[in-house]
This record gives sequence, structure tokens and C-alpha cells, in this order.
Amino acid sequence: MSNTTGPVSHEHHIVGPKTYLLILTALMVLTATTTGAAFINMGVFSPIVALGIACLKAVLVILFFMHIRYSSKVMMLTVGAGFFTFLVLITMTLSDYISRNWGLW
Amino acid sequence: MDSHAIATEHGEHELHDEAHPAYLRHHFVTVDQQRETASFGMWLFLLTEIMFFGGLFMAYLLYRNWYYDAFVASSNTLGIGLGTTNTAVLIMSSFTMAMGVYSAETRNRKGLMTSLSLTILLGLVFLGIKTIEYHDKYTEHHIPGASFSVEDFVHPTDKRDVPLAPDMAQHAQLFFFLYFAMTGMHALHMIIGISILFVLLFQAYHGAYVNGHTSTIDNFGLYWHFVDIVWIFLFPLLYLISRHPLK
Amino acid sequence: MSTIVTLPDQETARLPKLSYLNSEYGLKSWLLTGDHKRIAMLYLFSITFFFFIGGAFAGLIRLELLTPLPDLVASDTYNKLFTMHGVIMIFLFLVPSVPATVGNFVIPIMVGAKDLAFPKINLLSWYLYVAGATFLVFALVTGGVDTGWTFTTPLSTHYLNTHVITAAMGVFIAGFSSIFTGLNFIVTIHRMRCPGMTWFRLPLFCWSNYAASILMVLGTPVLAITLVLVMLERTIGIGVFDPTKGGDPLLFQHLFWFYSHPAVYIMILPGMGVISEVISTFSRKRVFGYTAVAFSSVAIAVFGFFVWAHHMFIMGVSNYSALVFSLLTMLVAVPSAIKIFNWSATLYKGSITFETPMLYAFGFMGLFTIGGLTGVFLGSLGMDIHLTETYFIVAHFHFVMVGGMLMAYLSGVHFWWPKMTGRMYPESMSQLSAVTTFIGFILTFFPQFIVGYLGMPRRYHAYPPEFQVLNVLSTAGATVLGIGYLLPMLYMPWSLKYGKIAGSNPWQATGLEWQIQSPPLTENFVDIPIMDHEAYDYDWLAHQTEHEVTTVG
Repeated sequence: MSNTTGPVSHEHHIVGPKTYLLILTALMVLTATTTGAAFINMGVFSPIVALGIACLKAVLVILFFMHIRYSSKVMMLTVGAGFFTFLVLITMTLSDYISRNWGLW
Repeated sequence: MDSHAIATEHGEHELHDEAHPAYLRHHFVTVDQQRETASFGMWLFLLTEIMFFGGLFMAYLLYRNWYYDAFVASSNTLGIGLGTTNTAVLIMSSFTMAMGVYSAETRNRKGLMTSLSLTILLGLVFLGIKTIEYHDKYTEHHIPGASFSVEDFVHPTDKRDVPLAPDMAQHAQLFFFLYFAMTGMHALHMIIGISILFVLLFQAYHGAYVNGHTSTIDNFGLYWHFVDIVWIFLFPLLYLISRHPLK
Repeated sequence: MSTIVTLPDQETARLPKLSYLNSEYGLKSWLLTGDHKRIAMLYLFSITFFFFIGGAFAGLIRLELLTPLPDLVASDTYNKLFTMHGVIMIFLFLVPSVPATVGNFVIPIMVGAKDLAFPKINLLSWYLYVAGATFLVFALVTGGVDTGWTFTTPLSTHYLNTHVITAAMGVFIAGFSSIFTGLNFIVTIHRMRCPGMTWFRLPLFCWSNYAASILMVLGTPVLAITLVLVMLERTIGIGVFDPTKGGDPLLFQHLFWFYSHPAVYIMILPGMGVISEVISTFSRKRVFGYTAVAFSSVAIAVFGFFVWAHHMFIMGVSNYSALVFSLLTMLVAVPSAIKIFNWSATLYKGSITFETPMLYAFGFMGLFTIGGLTGVFLGSLGMDIHLTETYFIVAHFHFVMVGGMLMAYLSGVHFWWPKMTGRMYPESMSQLSAVTTFIGFILTFFPQFIVGYLGMPRRYHAYPPEFQVLNVLSTAGATVLGIGYLLPMLYMPWSLKYGKIAGSNPWQATGLEWQIQSPPLTENFVDIPIMDHEAYDYDWLAHQTEHEVTTVG
């Protein structure tokens, strides 16, 4: 079928148990880490570390369990667009709250 | 002019049956197109879920910032052992679900059924632990609303806890409202997921999904992993705000 | 007046023996259909029904505003009138208008597919629409809602005892209808294009709907969760939006407008897509600057997510963030302006004819430009402080939504009517309606700019007597406008039985949908087409027609 300019079919890559086990281990280690880190007082860095570890875990799930690592650019862009919009919601709303100087303006 | 007026591609429908199995819907040209379309559709649905939970995360971020002390105190009333266990349980269930996808793709019916069953089991364990946690909140009078009591926050029993002023202690209700709203919404998604898993298990028992048509399992897997990711963020935000340092 | 309409010989012409309309009979075949064209018809029916209910409320509002005294209805009732008018017109009419009717019908054919990617989800979308609408009708008949369509807290969560939860539920459900339609369109346009149909050969209608669909998918869920929070707040009353309990009412507004601003682009973008098609066809010219128009559509969608707080300038946001949002608002006007320039350039040196869709398109261009420019005034902080919450705002959004979007919708329905039904509507009747609508619209809404600038607040049914003349003009205009909208309700059904047979391409338009029979077969194409020419290629069309004549002759 001559479909040179139609939607390109992406080769279907099967991810194996070894990869999944590796990711599982990593996720468990990270979970233990984040729980342990909660007992250490890092001041302003505590939430940063916690969220950072959570983001790392999420990225591992998305890339490997959800196969984005092996998917087309469109899929990667789609996932990116979703998180980008979420970040716009959070940051631009917070920009209002952070810059409120109640009593001074 | 009728539908033949433009140059058309004459489909090779009659010639290649493997390329046009029974599960190929009429509006798709190839199985690959159908599979990728379904996957794309599921991803877009997950994007809507990101934005849906996003609103709750925004509310949480704001009030954690405004009422930090109340949030810290409230967070410390959540059982860290149960929370961590639940996180591990859910991650494990993501693993078993991923193995289920692998089994479907390698046409392994028994493997698929085992994986789906384990995922259901782990999901139920998660919900069971959640029920225990909700019950604890009920007995401790931490459920926001009429039955809420500020006693634990104004006069904490643990020496390491800083007593809160009564008005700040009232704001603990905001934490628990968001706790129940976010974990409740998450649990609702788990319940829906587990219900669908039962259906999938039943279908798998009758031979579905291991004949090349793995789309349903693939896409349900995406949903299940997403629910896991939501919890991956809920856990540190709700349970790990600022635990007392170990002596 | 010259016309490009080319109909088959009416003596011998017949509707095609087999089409999507007669391939199956019976109520079940319609209510359980997967055919995107039938679903489009289901939507057309429902949307029109709710348009007139929303319009009836508008009529009552204008009737009350004939006199400065609050003498027709009680204040609470007036609040209910404008709330229901807004909620119905926005969620049950404008948001689904072009995508769910024209879009559903035409997009699969435009990309060269036999259906949308997910036909069952398409049907689910319609049922969700009906379910949401049912909740809203229930709220209406059991006493109504008076929060304003914006459900502002803490009024909606703490101070009213009307059917807020029912109405919020209705909007929540209807929102999912929108989400699934958008999801369907995005996947279809990405994955179901026929061979040869590259992104830049797609009709601009597809680009516009694609952009609107991105907004539907990413924006609407935020509205959904916001409404859930309002419903929870009303039942449990924790204080998440209540300042007396430490909550912030502005949090509601941030979340609400995060959707509701992109919502206005959800509403207008598909209309802009219609205008691209119509202007090209009735000037016999390809759209000037195809790439610019295509990318502008996407730019409107992307920038549309960055400007929502311009609805909140006076609500208590920080000065810093007000500045940022004001600046971004100026930027978002640019892609819309680019489109207006490109359409104007398309008209330049085109062979323009004035069939009804083109009349509506001209109306759109003028009225949307005025509405858009007044939007720029409102985006500037200093002006907004005086103009916000006055009739200036009401006039602004009616210019873009009614003068703009509704005209585009009517343009689209008239343009694709021959394709959907196989029949032509009566041209002189429809041209009269278009002109009546235009005149009625200006008379209704232009005085509102003036009266708003002079200080008349919105959502009030009593006003200082010096504003009466302008209000009377506005109500008079509304009567004319109403006639203009009622006329199609008469001649469109008439045309189903008595209209001329249209043939497959009465407008001599390019585009795959005009190369198949009217009405189309259920599967649209017998064989999937191969696209071998650019969009709006009138040379290719001339070659086709030439070729056709010689083979038939």
C-alpha cells in the first residue's frame, strides 16, 4: 500500500521483563529514599527533594511502564504538552499569590 | 460526480486476510493504524486527567503555603508506615500490570491472567489500607465538617509537636478536605480500574487479548500507570511534608 | 447578482438512491448510530432547540430593560434569567455549535476517512450533551440558578439557596461531551488522514478545529474539577473558597477562568475555520497565507492558556500579575488579527459573489473585528478598571460571540447544508435573513458599548433613567435580531422537501467533501481517496470539471 505521506506506522517495540524489573527496583529504592528523606530536616530543600524524587519516579513510569521511551515523537510531544499545560496552571496562578504584598500595594 | 470521481486506492481487502483480521474496525485501513489510534486516544484522555487532578494540586499548593503549620501538624497524623506500604503496593501493581501487557504481547494467556489477578489483588490491598486510614481519621475526629475536633492540634499529645493556635488549628480542616478530596478522587479511579480489571480478567479467561489484539490491555495499562503516577505525587505531598527528625 | 451556484438540471435531478439518511430506518438506527453524519444531525437538532430556549431568556432580559425601573420581574428572577441565558448559550450552544454539528459531519470527509477515530465515543459525546442539558433543564424548571454563568464564589457556595449543584452537575457532564469531541478530532486529524493528505494540504477548517480541540481536551477538565469543588463546598462547607474560614475566593476564579478563557477560543476557532472555507470559495481564490492562518490557529490556542486573569483585574490579583496578564492579552490578539488580514487579502482581487454563507462571513469579519478591538481596550489595565462589569463588556463579548461566532455558525450551516441534506435552501429568503440579522445585531449591541462606557453596570435590571433611550434601541434591535434567527427555522425545514436538488458541488468548491455525493454515503468514500493537490486548488477543480464533461458527454 503506497502510503508515503499518510500517518507513519510506528514499529511496535515489546518491552521485556528485565527492563520492568529494573524499573521496579529503582522505584522501590526511590520510595524508600523519599520516606527516609522526610525525617531529615533540609529546610527549604525538603519539598524540592521530595518533589524531585516524585518527578523522577513519574518519569520512569512514563518512559518504561507506559512505553513512551519507545514511542513516536507525536506521543512524546503529547505527554509534554499535558505536563506543560499543568505547569502553566500552577506557575501562573502562583505568580499572583507570590506577588501579593497585602498591606503594601 | 459520485464517490469514484477522485483517484482512489483500490483496497486489497480480499487478498490479505492476516492484514484484515476480524477485530479491524471498518473505518481503519490497517491494524497498526487502529492500534496507534487507540493508544493516542487513551493518552489524550490521560491528559484530561492530569488537568483534572491539576486543579486539586493547585488548591493544595496554595493552602499549604498559607497554612503551613496546620498542614505539617495534619500531615503528621497520617500513618507513614501505611502510606509507604501503599506506595510500594501500587508500584508493585504497576509492575504486574506491565507484565500483563508483556504477556498479552507474547500471547501468553496464563501469564496474562496471573498478572491481571495480581494487579487486582494489589489494588484491593491498596484500597483496604486506605479504608483503614480513613477509619483512623474518623475515630480521631479529623474528618472535616461538623465532627472535626481541633483538640489534637491545640493540645498535642506528642511532646515534639508544636501546639497550634485555635484559628490555625481550624485550618487543619482544609488539609483534611484536600486529603479526602485528592485521595478520594484517586480511590474512585482505582475502583473504576479494578472493576475494569475484573472484566478484562474474564475476557482473558475466554482467550481475548492474546490473539494479536492487545490494544485493550495496552491502553488499560496506560490508565493504571497513570493512577499510580497520581499517587506517586500525592504520597510526598500529603504524608511527607515535614516529619519529625529521628533522634 | 452573479452567482457561482451550479446545480444539476432540476428536471432530471434526483437525490441519490442511497445515502447516510436512508441507509437504515427507525429510531434505533439514529439513537444507536456510529455514523458521524447522523450524530452531527442529532447535535444540530438539540443545539437549535437549546439556542431558542437561551434566546427566549434573552428576550425576557431585553424586555425588562426597556424601562429603568425593575418592573417586569423580581431581582432574583432577573438574576436567574441572565444566568440561564449565559449557561445555556455558552455550554449548550456556542461550545458545541460548529464542532459538534458541522465539524462532526465534515471533518472525517475532509481528511479522507470513513468515520471519526472513535465513533462510539462520538455517540457518547452526544448522550453526555443530552444528559448535561437535562440537568440544566431540571435546574431551570425547579426554580433556576442565579449565580451568573460564572458561578462566582462565595456567592455560589455560601449565600444562595438556588439549584447551584444541579446546574453545576449539568455543566460538568456537558463538559465531558466537549472533551470527548475534541479528543476524537485530534486523533482523527493525526491518524486518519488519507494517503497524500499532508498537514499542509488539510483545509484550514481542520486546523481551526484541531486547535479548538486541544483547548477542549486540556482546558475543560479544570472546569470540571472546579465545579466539583463548588459542589463539595456547598455540601460540606469547609471553606476552600470562603474567606471567613481562611479560603480564597480568588482561587475559584483562577481555576474557573483557566478554562473559561480558552473556552472563548474553543467557541470562536471553529467559526474562524468556517470563514476560511467560505471566503475562499466565494472569492474563487486560495486563502492568502495558508501557513500563517494555520499556525495562527494553533498560536491562538497556545496563547489562550496564558491570559485568563484578565477577567480578574479588579478582583484582587496582585498588580504585578495583572501587568503580566495584560501584556500577554495584547499578544493573544495578534494571531486573530493575522487571520483577519489574511482573509482580507484573500478577498483582494478575488471573484466575489454574495451567496448567503458569504454574507454571514462578511458580517463576521466586520463584527468580529470590532469585538476584537474592544477586547484590546479591555485588556489594557487602566481602561478595564472603568469598563469591567459594565455593559461595555456585555457588548464586547456579544460582538465576538454573536456577531462573530453565531454568524460563522450560520455561515457554516448554510454552506454545508446542501452537502448534509442534498438540497438548497431558498437563496433570497436566506439572504434576507442574513441582512436582517446583521442590522438587528448592530441595533441591539452597539448601543450597549455606549451605555456601558457611560457607566451602566451589567447584571442589573434597574438603571438610571438617562440610559433608557439606548436600552430601548437595544431592545428594538433584539426584536429584529429575533426575526432574523427565526426565519431559518422556517425555510430550512421547508428546503428539506421543496429545496432544489443541490448535486455534489453546488458551490464549485475544492475540498474532498464536495467531490462526493450529496448527501454522502454512510461510509463517505467507496475507496479511500488519494490526495494529490494542495488545498483550495481551483485549477485542479477546473481540470476536474473539464475532465468530467468530456467523459460524460
